[in-house]
Amino acid sequence: MRSRQSYDGVAAAVPFTVPYARYSTHAAHWWLGRALAALIRESGIAKADIDGVCVSSFTLGPDTAVGLMQHLGMSPRWLDHIPMGGASGVVALRRAARAVQAGDAEVIACIAGDTNHVDSFRHTVSQFSRFAQDAVYPYGAGGPNASFALLTDHYMRQYGATREDFGKLCVAQRDNALRNPHALMKKPLTLAQYLDARPITDPIHLFDCVMPCAGAEGFLVMTEERARALKLPRVRIRSTIERHNAYPDDPIQFRGGWAMDRDALYEHAGLSPADVDFVETYDDYPVINMLQFEDLGFCAKGEAPAFVREHDFTIDGSFPFNTSGGQLSVGQAGAAGGYLGLVQALRQLTNVAGAMQVADARIGLVSGFGMINYDRGLCSGAALLERGTA
Amino acid sequence: MTDATPKPKRKNPVARTRLPTLPPASRSRAALGLARAAAEGRFEMQACADCGAVQYPPREVCGSCLSERLDWREVANGGALIATTTLRHSNDPYFRERLPWRVGTVKMDAGPSVVAHVHEDCHEAGRVRLALKLDRSGQAVLHALPAEDTPNMNDSPQLRETHCDPKHRRVLVTDGRSTLGRAMVKALLDAGASTVFIGDPATWKADAGFDAFVASDPRIEPVALDVTDTDSVDRLAASIGAKVEILINTADHLRDGGVMNARDVGLARDAFDVNVLGLMRLAQAFGPTMCFRAADGTHGAVAWVNLLSIHALAALPARGAWSASKAAALSAALTLRAEFGGAGIRVMNVFPGPIDDEWEQLTPPPKLAPSAVAAAVVRGLRDGVEDLYVGDVAEELRARLRDNQKAVERELGG
Ligand SMILES: [Zn+2]
Repeated sequence: MRSRQSYDGVAAAVPFTVPYARYSTHAAHWWLGRALAALIRESGIAKADIDGVCVSSFTLGPDTAVGLMQHLGMSPRWLDHIPMGGASGVVALRRAARAVQAGDAEVIACIAGDTNHVDSFRHTVSQFSRFAQDAVYPYGAGGPNASFALLTDHYMRQYGATREDFGKLCVAQRDNALRNPHALMKKPLTLAQYLDARPITDPIHLFDCVMPCAGAEGFLVMTEERARALKLPRVRIRSTIERHNAYPDDPIQFRGGWAMDRDALYEHAGLSPADVDFVETYDDYPVINMLQFEDLGFCAKGEAPAFVREHDFTIDGSFPFNTSGGQLSVGQAGAAGGYLGLVQALRQLTNVAGAMQVADARIGLVSGFGMINYDRGLCSGAALLERGTA
Repeated sequence: MTDATPKPKRKNPVARTRLPTLPPASRSRAALGLARAAAEGRFEMQACADCGAVQYPPREVCGSCLSERLDWREVANGGALIATTTLRHSNDPYFRERLPWRVGTVKMDAGPSVVAHVHEDCHEAGRVRLALKLDRSGQAVLHALPAEDTPNMNDSPQLRETHCDPKHRRVLVTDGRSTLGRAMVKALLDAGASTVFIGDPATWKADAGFDAFVASDPRIEPVALDVTDTDSVDRLAASIGAKVEILINTADHLRDGGVMNARDVGLARDAFDVNVLGLMRLAQAFGPTMCFRAADGTHGAVAWVNLLSIHALAALPARGAWSASKAAALSAALTLRAEFGGAGIRVMNVFPGPIDDEWEQLTPPPKLAPSAVAAAVVRGLRDGVEDLYVGDVAEELRARLRDNQKAVERELGG
């Protein structure tokens, strides 16, 4: 295989979150428009100078990224629409980085956002995909809760994970969220509260579930030169991976695509898991965090429960993890959930994480996971990021 | 072990009757291949004609070799239950009314992993059998069942959503004077029906045998019913319409005679009056009330059965007028199925071969005993099928029609 080229000369900058709301009467266009406006304002770049846009949204329909450009009065020379749910952030980053490197665009705004009307969630779930419509939704219409309950049930049975293990991660994330002004969850969570919560879809209980909400996230990708000229704090991309429909013959999902590409990820960056200062995973359910610990090389397959018991996952702990509080405590704003970890990592590496700041963070790992098309998540991605030098 | 379903409680007459809700019905066209198998109680999936890979969910091209030659085939229905969950929350109103609801992942011996409804008697991580059943939307769904039958298995709340078991239900058999009608009543009583209304089209005609039969079981209630008389049908519906949970239309007018070689259309008119217009009169009088009662308590209105004939699908020229009336009845029944769909009431069409009764005296064997047809109907209701082919003649004709309809036309005409 040809060796991959580096991402030298590319910078990611200006992480921004449009504060989430449980329900919104606005359309997705409003949320995405607020994100773009903020990126322009925060960077000091003129609207007309943003010549590339990358969009992710579930509730933009019947529009696509194309219609959104007319809505927002943009005339980009490079446009992408990434419908990869929780993997959208990492994938947007790597697509945009290559476009900037190749000179197809100079400044790319990557934005993701969704609205949440009272009935949006049922609508999204019932129409999610053809396979879901034909072979999942008619079976109790439990939505992602049911799909992840099955994976969690299997994982617990196979590898001995307990509810206490999942609870430890959720409690740590809530601790982190209490330092995040944007988090929708404002109250502390104890392990006892976690364990006593009502069952939703066994073995998934209330605090294993994300809260659907409205919100948007965004960041800019540009040349390092441009970022330097604008005096923007910036982040370097050391390596990225993506994979779709990995291991289709596994009877049920117990690993994700990261396991196929993990060696390439670290090799390309010249780094190892030991070099990583903090990790932001896609956490729509706690079991997926365990899959990512294993598949991204922090422990062997099946050893995540033991890994969880050994570590402290708070911002100041031995394994700083989902430092924003993750979707479990911040909320899941549709496709913006796929940007949450990446935007938070950019904050950590540009020193704007405030009370959430991990001390001396130099290398961050972000991973994404998305799209339960039938019985498993199909898209996975990860990026190793490094604090940029002034 | 499944608890036997208790008899329905007496209804509070002032309580609101619960309206029927239906499970999600949207499917891709390819996925409707599952409905074709489930309608007849078969277990079929797509298999690739080139590489043999069994496909699920249904596809347009093979997920293994990309061939477009995907055939629906009977495949092994065994598998291992590798994960389960019990839903205590659902996004859909139908399931919300029925929580908790158990589903699981089954790794099939035939290859794919499937998400299925899981019977309460299935053991975690154990072996299961998969069955394709029609749900209340009339769409095919997979049910994981215990590897071996368990007591009262069919009484599980999940399976009760797929079938039309006559147990504890009140049934109207529209013509109980015929040999088949009586066999039908007997089979229903044996199956635990709580009341069988037995239609008598000729109350003016004394029949000691019929009277003795009616007196043989206190659950039998004779009622006057002439399906060719709109007033008679309407009167009966006004009297017992709100009690009929299954209607089995056994009325028939079977006579020899073709189309060109008949003196006039008198015979045809009589056959159509019973077999087609009779069905329509019954539907107009009983259908709306049945729709309203489709979700009424544990034993609401659930099924409508038409005793047709395999000759509804392939005309028998020696009985051309009668065959035409059966074909027309089938067409009307398909409309009725669409009209009942919104309430989730199953329309089961029964296609028997020749039945061994007084009208088939000269037909050579094999002929079906009326009791065998009646037993098949009860089995069909318990299995929740939609199309029921009864007997060797019917099944053979069904297969030959699929293979070459033109051959069947020529052979039946010869
Ligand atoms: Zn193939």
